[in-house]
Amino acid sequence: MSEYVLEVQDLKKYFPIKSGLLKRTVGHVRAVDGVSFQVKPGETLGIVGESGCGKSTTGRMIMRLTTPTSGKIILDGKDITHAKGEELRASRRKSQMVFQDPYASLNPRMSVGESIAEPLIVNKVLSKSEAFERAGELLKTVGLRPSDINRYPHEFSGGQRQRIGIARALALNPKLIVADEAVSALDVSIQSQILNLLMDLKHQFNLSYLFISHNLAVVRHISDRVGVMYLGHLVEIGPKHSLYQDPLHPYTQALLSAAPEPRRTKRRERIILQGDVPSPANPPSGCPFHTRCPRVMDVCRETMPKPVQVHPDHWVACHLHG
Amino acid sequence: MAEPLLAIRDLKTYFVSKQATVKAVDGIDIEVDRGQVVCIVGESGCGKSMTSLSIMRLVPRPYGKIVGGQILFDGRDLLQLSDREMADVRGSEIAMIFQEPMTALNPVLSIGTQISEVLVRHRGVPKREALDRAIEMLKFVGVPRAEQIVREYPHQLSGGMRQRVMIAMAMICEPKLLIADEPTTALDVTIQAQVLDLMKKMRRETSTAIILITHDLGVVADMADHVVVMYAGQVVESVDADTLFSEPKHPYTRALMDSIPSLEEDKDVLYSIPGTVPSAANFPKGCRFAERCPIAKPSCFEKMPELREVAPGHLVRCDLV
Repeated sequence: MSEYVLEVQDLKKYFPIKSGLLKRTVGHVRAVDGVSFQVKPGETLGIVGESGCGKSTTGRMIMRLTTPTSGKIILDGKDITHAKGEELRASRRKSQMVFQDPYASLNPRMSVGESIAEPLIVNKVLSKSEAFERAGELLKTVGLRPSDINRYPHEFSGGQRQRIGIARALALNPKLIVADEAVSALDVSIQSQILNLLMDLKHQFNLSYLFISHNLAVVRHISDRVGVMYLGHLVEIGPKHSLYQDPLHPYTQALLSAAPEPRRTKRRERIILQGDVPSPANPPSGCPFHTRCPRVMDVCRETMPKPVQVHPDHWVACHLHG
Repeated sequence: MAEPLLAIRDLKTYFVSKQATVKAVDGIDIEVDRGQVVCIVGESGCGKSMTSLSIMRLVPRPYGKIVGGQILFDGRDLLQLSDREMADVRGSEIAMIFQEPMTALNPVLSIGTQISEVLVRHRGVPKREALDRAIEMLKFVGVPRAEQIVREYPHQLSGGMRQRVMIAMAMICEPKLLIADEPTTALDVTIQAQVLDLMKKMRRETSTAIILITHDLGVVADMADHVVVMYAGQVVESVDADTLFSEPKHPYTRALMDSIPSLEEDKDVLYSIPGTVPSAANFPKGCRFAERCPIAKPSCFEKMPELREVAPGHLVRCDLV
């Protein structure tokens, strides 16, 4: 058994920008620009960041729904960066994805049972009748009724559909689940039901999660470690308590201070960043955050900072440290 | 005490079709004083957006209809005005900003035209002068290079900038009331912080009252003077913001607060409200929250509780408090 369920090394994804009659490539959108991290068995790694920071593209590359431009993805000890055919299918038995909008990710013309049983049948794990039996059990595991297998996605509420999406992800007994904004579309009362379910399932099946979200409080709640992304880079990563109590990167500090807390007492001083995130098609030189950083120095405009370990297991890529 | 700027009395907005009557807003009372920020908070389908559309008399036709109540604004009942009179109120005395500015802005008109149009229509300001005022207003809301932006189109701006343009357009006639329906929900946290900061600046520097509709209790804590919590088309709790966060009374309000993860505290298991909101086409006869309530008694299922004053200025719709 390998030490990590997932290891990502210097992962990059550049999308070409094509223009003109001949569709020549005139530039690249650097969606993910050199990201490295590991996920241990039974661990939840949260990835936070704002729109366009590359967090979803990272998740999709790990699932191999998008092919990386360069870098390495090692899933359960196997390099799957360029896996094809049977090898790729085998990797999908180990990692599964839960999406934001369960309505868009469930086929409206397939019954819930068919949707959940499909991965089992496609991967020839079980016969058709066994697969349906298992689908019923999985529905029970996620808090629905086994008799629901003959109903269709439109008959369920948003929270129930997300439960179905989770049941389908669990069908193949994966080691890793990539959850991309899995609770973001849900109302808070339903969101807490799904978060509790995800945490129960983790203990029950010894799952690892890569939990991608823009919601800092949700990520703190569910994760063991948290990584912060900005403009295609992982700017800080560390154990959640260390990261939330002592954020080191000025971006993490601004992000945490900007998130409104539902409390009236003891307000933190809010750091308000100026301007918008620069375009990943034309990223700034040096540190990607230097254009908005309240503590920018000359060196930040020139050189990209290297990640340094400041606290145990707590890394930051910023010239202010190290 | 002075008369409130806005007083909604027993407002009912229903959607009526042959199959069913959906009671989106079912008898609500809300008051807003001049210069006050009132937050209406609740989950999807609680009627908070329909309340704001009712104030603007923009309830989707033909099925949506205001079937009862009064909306007293500055001494007049908006529900008694003719369509023409109401059009004079909209944008001039009451303005509204929406969650998704891209759908609220006209994609084929320049930013400058859209903002100055409001002044031309309501105040009869000549076009040139109106454009200058638009530039001034854009600067006030923190849009950089305002002189160039007025010639640009909505698609050329980022989400945060579009929301600033919406705010500029809403505020240019200095309305007495601004209704903001989830104005920061579609924005990233750092941009949300910028827009909330701008709304606070506006409140300090103008006398406009704000109704802020949101599902985010964090935004409520940050902005509100007074909070109205809605559930299933009704007001379940109404109180000043400090009391709401220190002593929430209604079981629904308490459950909502317990089900949010925190940025600072560890919670092993989040409280989760079982079940889902009852259908607005078929409400139970008793308390609408009873089925999901942790402290419900048999009597709760029988009789609808009244909204009562449990402490000075603290209204709660629950018989067990």
